Amino acid sequence: MISADLMAVLPELFLACAAIGLLMLGVFRGNSATQLVSTLSVVTLIVTFALIALPPRPETVAFGGLLTMDGFGDFMKLLVLIGSGVSIVMAQRYIQREDMNRFEFPVLMLFATLGMMAMISANDLISLYMGLELQSLSLYVVAAFRRDNLRSSEAGLKYFVLGALSSGMLLYGSSMIYGFTGTTNFDGIAQTFAASAGNDIPIGLIVGLVFLCAGLAFKVSAVPFHMWTPDVYEGAPTPVTAFFATAPKIAAMALFIRVLMEPFGGLIDQWQQIVFFVSAASMILGAFAAINQSNIKRLMAYSSIGHIGYALIGLASGTEQGISGIVIYLTIYVFMNLGTFACILCMRQKDRMVEGIDDLKGLSKTQPMMALALAIFMFSMAGIPPLAGFFGKLYIFLAAIEAQLYILAVLGVLTSVVGAFYYLRIIKLMYFDEPAESFDRPIGREMTAVLIITGVFTLLFFVAPGPVVDSAAAAAATLFPG
Amino acid sequence: MFEIGLEHYLTVAAILFTLGIFGIFLNRKNVIIILMSIELMLLAVNINLVAFSTHLGDLLGQIFAMFVLTVAAAEAAIGLAILVVYFRNRGSIAVEDINMMKG
Repeated sequence: MISADLMAVLPELFLACAAIGLLMLGVFRGNSATQLVSTLSVVTLIVTFALIALPPRPETVAFGGLLTMDGFGDFMKLLVLIGSGVSIVMAQRYIQREDMNRFEFPVLMLFATLGMMAMISANDLISLYMGLELQSLSLYVVAAFRRDNLRSSEAGLKYFVLGALSSGMLLYGSSMIYGFTGTTNFDGIAQTFAASAGNDIPIGLIVGLVFLCAGLAFKVSAVPFHMWTPDVYEGAPTPVTAFFATAPKIAAMALFIRVLMEPFGGLIDQWQQIVFFVSAASMILGAFAAINQSNIKRLMAYSSIGHIGYALIGLASGTEQGISGIVIYLTIYVFMNLGTFACILCMRQKDRMVEGIDDLKGLSKTQPMMALALAIFMFSMAGIPPLAGFFGKLYIFLAAIEAQLYILAVLGVLTSVVGAFYYLRIIKLMYFDEPAESFDRPIGREMTAVLIITGVFTLLFFVAPGPVVDSAAAAAATLFPG
Repeated sequence: MFEIGLEHYLTVAAILFTLGIFGIFLNRKNVIIILMSIELMLLAVNINLVAFSTHLGDLLGQIFAMFVLTVAAAEAAIGLAILVVYFRNRGSIAVEDINMMKG
């Protein structure tokens, strides 16, 4: 029995052992081994990816219902692994240059990834909490990783305080749910609803659900729990921001979906209003607050809040189509964001990082290829057809219309028009303004590779959307048995 | 005789939890107080869990409380470490001084 459980969590097990091994390697070899540890951690993530993607993985529940392995979780884990792996690759050169050359950095990223995989697979309130904390504790440290830099340590401190607050709310919600259902297992909670057939739901349970939603909304940085996002994105070292914008968002979103669809699927009337409000508020804030920003990392923070708002439309619809829309949206989001952050990481003048939007002026004349790549990502984020971002929004809005959430769909279209303003402003600066000082060259082989892969994915998604759309539909279907 | 039941424990926990949240938002003096407020919130959750566990006659709540205690210790350690790093850079841990970035 135990061997079956261990086989089911083989990728996580491998990742955990490899991370501990790399930590030992780093301790014995000292900081001179940073490059080696960093390379090996990318290899670890690739092997973990292969362990999930290649062998057939039957749908199982492991460790007495603590973890569940299904197609939805596997797909989300693959996205998380892509996000983490590319972030480590992009960070390699940066940590050498910016005096962050310590081997703990890739190891912490691995532990955070492990926590995310545990979150995605969680099938119990206890394993949910443990995964979430493993992820969060590692992330607090990497946010403050430039320990001689005031902004970075301030970002770490803010992230820590607000993250701990959100964990507290999530835990309070979990304790109420445990008290009123008598179990922490997701299947058990779902059964109590099935038994009571939807009537006489105790008020304490609703309170617990609201607290749980608040805690999770914090983790996906949805309005009204978004206030940490701009500061943390701006202060944290740029590769860490790239990481924050991709992997933890995916994991938290997957957890959000699983918690609301599986144990609380019977309470959709209650949580639909919450998600509806959170989604609408995130879209509006993401569109309007970004207009005035002059720092590109801060702009990306508001943009990510807006994107989470669009993704939550799919959750508010609560249908299989909506969930598959979210999965497609998040896939495209990961690639767009990684590409954009690769461009931001290339914004260096005279060996110093610059982050102002004005520094991009005239980029098309000094570095045409990078300007082209950034233009592709910006058009895609604005949702201009035929780029990938358009299809992401299309599937989400279709699901909203099918679920008769017309208000959200209309609001989504309107806010993406507003959002297009600041995305297009960047393109205007790059193509129609006089060049400012040019950026340092060369940008490095790994950056070129990341830019080409993400750029081609974003540009040519419309040629063959089949694989992504089909596997997203298959992933969403595993959440809706029968 | 007056009997102390589940509601009383839940009320105490709810009050402590609210105090914790207010401690985070209303405190303008010192970040250490924020760390203490966070601890207060987690302990309120533990009271909740143990009270429910006794009420339901189910051990799961107490196991959960053990996990929460362990993680809270790790969280406090990381919080203090980040605070020390911040103090070295800024020379102050007053809440109103955490203002390098707007927001």
